[in-house]
Amino acid sequence: MNDTIASIATSLGVGAISIIRVSGTEAIKIVNKIFKGKDLKKVASHTIHYGHIINNEEIIDEVLVSVMKKPKTYTMEDVVEINCHGGIASTNKVLELLLLNGCRLASPGEFTKRAFLNGRIDLIEAEAVSDLINSETDLERKVAINGLEGNLSKLIKDIRNNLLNIISNIEVNIDYPEYQDIYEVTLEDLKKQVPNIKIKLEKLVMDYENTKLLHKGINVAIIGRPNVGKSSLLNKLLDENKAIVTNIPGTTRDIVEGTIYLDGIKLNIIDTAGIRETNDVVESIGVSKSLKALKNANLILLLLNNNEEITNEDKDLISKTNDKTTIIVINKNDLNTKLDLTTLNLENVVSINTIDNQGIDSLKNKIKELFNFDMINNSDFTYITNLRQITKIKEALNILNELEIGINQEQDLDILEMDLKDIWNTLGLIIGESYDEELLDDLFKNFCVGK
Amino acid sequence: MNYDIIVVGGGHAGCEASLAASRLGHRTLLVTGNIKNIADMPCNPSIGGPAKGILVREIDALGGEMGINTDKSHIQLKMLNTKKGPAVRALRAQADKVTYANNMLETLKRQENLEIKEAIVDDLVVENGKVLGIKSENGETINSKIVILTTGTYLKADVLVGDKRTSSGPHGEKPAKNLSDNLRKLGLTIQRLKTGTPPRIERSSIDFSELEREDGDDILRTFSYDINPLYKIEEQVPCYLTYTNLKTHEIINENLNKSSMYGGYVTGIGPRYCPSIEDKVVKFHDKERHQLFLEPESLSYDDIYLQGFSTSMPNDVQEKMVHSLKGLENAKILKYAYAIEYDAIDPLEMKPSLENKIIENLFTAGQINGTSGYEEAAAQGLMAGINASLKLQEKEPLILKRNEAYIGVLIDDLVTKGTNEPYRMLTSRAEYRLLLRHDNADIRLREYGYQVGLIDDKRYQNFQNKLHDIEELTNYLKNNKLTTKDNKVIENLDTSPILDGITYYDLLKRPGITLEKLLTTLNLNLYYNKEVLEQVEISIKYEGYIRKSLIDANRLKQLESIEIPEDFDYSLVQNIATEARQKFLKIRPRTLGQASRISGVNPSDIAVLSVFLKRYKHD
Repeated sequence: MNDTIASIATSLGVGAISIIRVSGTEAIKIVNKIFKGKDLKKVASHTIHYGHIINNEEIIDEVLVSVMKKPKTYTMEDVVEINCHGGIASTNKVLELLLLNGCRLASPGEFTKRAFLNGRIDLIEAEAVSDLINSETDLERKVAINGLEGNLSKLIKDIRNNLLNIISNIEVNIDYPEYQDIYEVTLEDLKKQVPNIKIKLEKLVMDYENTKLLHKGINVAIIGRPNVGKSSLLNKLLDENKAIVTNIPGTTRDIVEGTIYLDGIKLNIIDTAGIRETNDVVESIGVSKSLKALKNANLILLLLNNNEEITNEDKDLISKTNDKTTIIVINKNDLNTKLDLTTLNLENVVSINTIDNQGIDSLKNKIKELFNFDMINNSDFTYITNLRQITKIKEALNILNELEIGINQEQDLDILEMDLKDIWNTLGLIIGESYDEELLDDLFKNFCVGK
Repeated sequence: MNYDIIVVGGGHAGCEASLAASRLGHRTLLVTGNIKNIADMPCNPSIGGPAKGILVREIDALGGEMGINTDKSHIQLKMLNTKKGPAVRALRAQADKVTYANNMLETLKRQENLEIKEAIVDDLVVENGKVLGIKSENGETINSKIVILTTGTYLKADVLVGDKRTSSGPHGEKPAKNLSDNLRKLGLTIQRLKTGTPPRIERSSIDFSELEREDGDDILRTFSYDINPLYKIEEQVPCYLTYTNLKTHEIINENLNKSSMYGGYVTGIGPRYCPSIEDKVVKFHDKERHQLFLEPESLSYDDIYLQGFSTSMPNDVQEKMVHSLKGLENAKILKYAYAIEYDAIDPLEMKPSLENKIIENLFTAGQINGTSGYEEAAAQGLMAGINASLKLQEKEPLILKRNEAYIGVLIDDLVTKGTNEPYRMLTSRAEYRLLLRHDNADIRLREYGYQVGLIDDKRYQNFQNKLHDIEELTNYLKNNKLTTKDNKVIENLDTSPILDGITYYDLLKRPGITLEKLLTTLNLNLYYNKEVLEQVEISIKYEGYIRKSLIDANRLKQLESIEIPEDFDYSLVQNIATEARQKFLKIRPRTLGQASRISGVNPSDIAVLSVFLKRYKHD
């Protein structure tokens, strides 16, 4: 648990300075081994030192090193941060040196995990912090900050309180059956209240799907026959956006040609054109490549040529994209119209050219419309930002479905209450709370019983 | 004189402890301040109720006495929660306080290996952290291998009425003034607790004519698995209901500063579930009335227990309060209500066997451990008696798990979470209550009782026969089918016709079909006793839910199976939060499961500890 970990804390490729963070009992010792400057073992805590990272006398980079001794650090362990100035290659080299000298490459979120395990931050905070670090756009940051302030906690707490009121009332009915003045919970009450809880939980799941788009971006695949203008469309989209994040080939399994931000929402554009053309293979391969790209896409931009009649290949692609969110993009609308789609009964058709911006703008508006950008932008995003949380909420929903079956079978209330408790407990795990004492407190606070 | 085991205190814990110890062949001495108060019920005259009634069944399944003694001594019996599911059904008896105590005393007197002695115990004889006997108030020392303390509310007891504080146990009995101080000197942590009891009213002074009447059930039942009902339905005695009213509340509010509790005269912590009437009126000020129960204490005398009316108001205010109640306008108070403060140990200093962690061979049970209630006391007394005996036999202690018994929940809660108010058993404390039912206590626990030696061959054989019948009937229902040809008969069961073949077993799962109805309608000549039918029916009808509980319980078992060595060095494990580390050091949980239930311990602490224990085991 307490080995020394290191990783690059800033995004690669963004900004002039990259920071490598090292945390653990050996942090200072290891960095000292590759640092030429002051003896870091002798410097005071929370100080910054100028020097060089060296490898066998060879200078790798000119750096500033911050030394922070436990416990007042992010992880509550000894932490050293190296500010590298030399760009990606030398930063990578420094990290490599650290690993050679005894550090282990930190897994994603491991620093935050240590901060949590060492008791510095609670679970939701930990998750929000890691999201904050990873967030790339303003919207994501909004979600992350809401998480920090406990908006999700509040929502879950509200639902749990609602459940707790029912549960403790049923418990009192069980433990104090002789009290005639105490309200007796009925099946009808559950029939009324359970659907409300279900709606709230389902909304959380729905919002999660939206926030997931914020985190991962919308995968957009541009497909179409060769020479239909895929590359031109790609270039047009990328050119229009100065906020392009560089494309790092091979960083994802998809062929990401570029990333653009549309109203703060990330679009990962996957283009199949480039591959085919460099490989110079028969046209049919173009189709099969396109089909493959379809699989991981949230949105398909299917390109057709306005200047040509529709081919069987086009029709094939149209039918293959039936079950996906697709925009039919008719390119070259500045040329004569030979394409006739009237018989195909298509939705979401946008017509563009690569000379003016009018078509591109309507394409963007179409994307915004299809993915409810308005709603996403106007949500208050109090919501779930990670897998653990969503898994628990889905688990709670599953139990709730079983509960509904039990309610329909008119099971005894004390039996149904077991499911209610289960849901309450499961939701408690999301915010790291599940104390039975809470239940007893509620029970005796709200009901007047006892000899 | 040398005894194997000395039990100090003759209440419900002491009776069970001394009976279990002597029945298991150990020379036992029961020391009590006053033989007349053996098996006394200083508070309400009832035994059982939700959760508590199941405790009594468990005591009986293990071979304890409370169930049988209640069956011999009650004047009313009721099954509660019959309109709810099987998991929360429980028996409650109105016990006759006089016959209950007499019957128990008779049993104790008849018991081989058991002697009874009157004395007030002042101190323990302890050498090298091991108890060797007791010292009485008059200087006498009696030696034994094991001492079980079941002192109830008698440790440094003070009775409080209004602003008056008197050093006294219940009924003006002598308290044990020095024992708790001496326990503190021996290194034990002592806490102060409080409880209260309502006034007793003379029966003949109450006008019952306008009060609601509560009768016993018209079905004969027993707590014990081993005896037949000893009472007649029509001979049961009713209870009555009355309510407080605005006038009562006015009297209470006007005199609040005179109450021991509200006047600031009480330091002990009272139980949440046993609030005084002052508490109820103050905390629930918008409630216009509070329900009160009038329960007869005995056929031998005239006292009616006014349940729900605990108070520590001075006597003159109590008079006014009682006279404001409907039916009690001219009531005569025979005994005034009082609050009582007493010393108790910190149950966190106790092992799950109920042996003390600081003093070896010292066991404690009942209110001294911070619990409340006769049933909770008896359950611990029985376990202390069993585990003291097992220790003398150099055997492993019997530790019941949370998924096996309410007794397991009770003791695990005490030694894991501790308590700073008198602990009462509630169904909501049991996470596997569907497994811990009234009806199956014997199936859960009788085997243990037999192994320990408290269940004799004859009782065990009856139990085996029952198991056999259950299996036979279950198999029969599984192996026999109805087809669409039988839809005529099925119609008589008031259920929809079947479309395909269906086993009796699956048909029974349909709502509204009981096993009895099924057997008679189908004319199956199968004759099993009621308990067998009940058992089979419950396990079939609730199969899905029971299975779910079992899966949960199995998850618990995995954590329970990872043991933590008693001398485990927590300083070796880094990354545990400070609060968790302190709790671990104090409580020294035996298993990872127990560790996970400690309040203030987070899942991450358990994850870290679990990883470490795995490595620790390998090294």
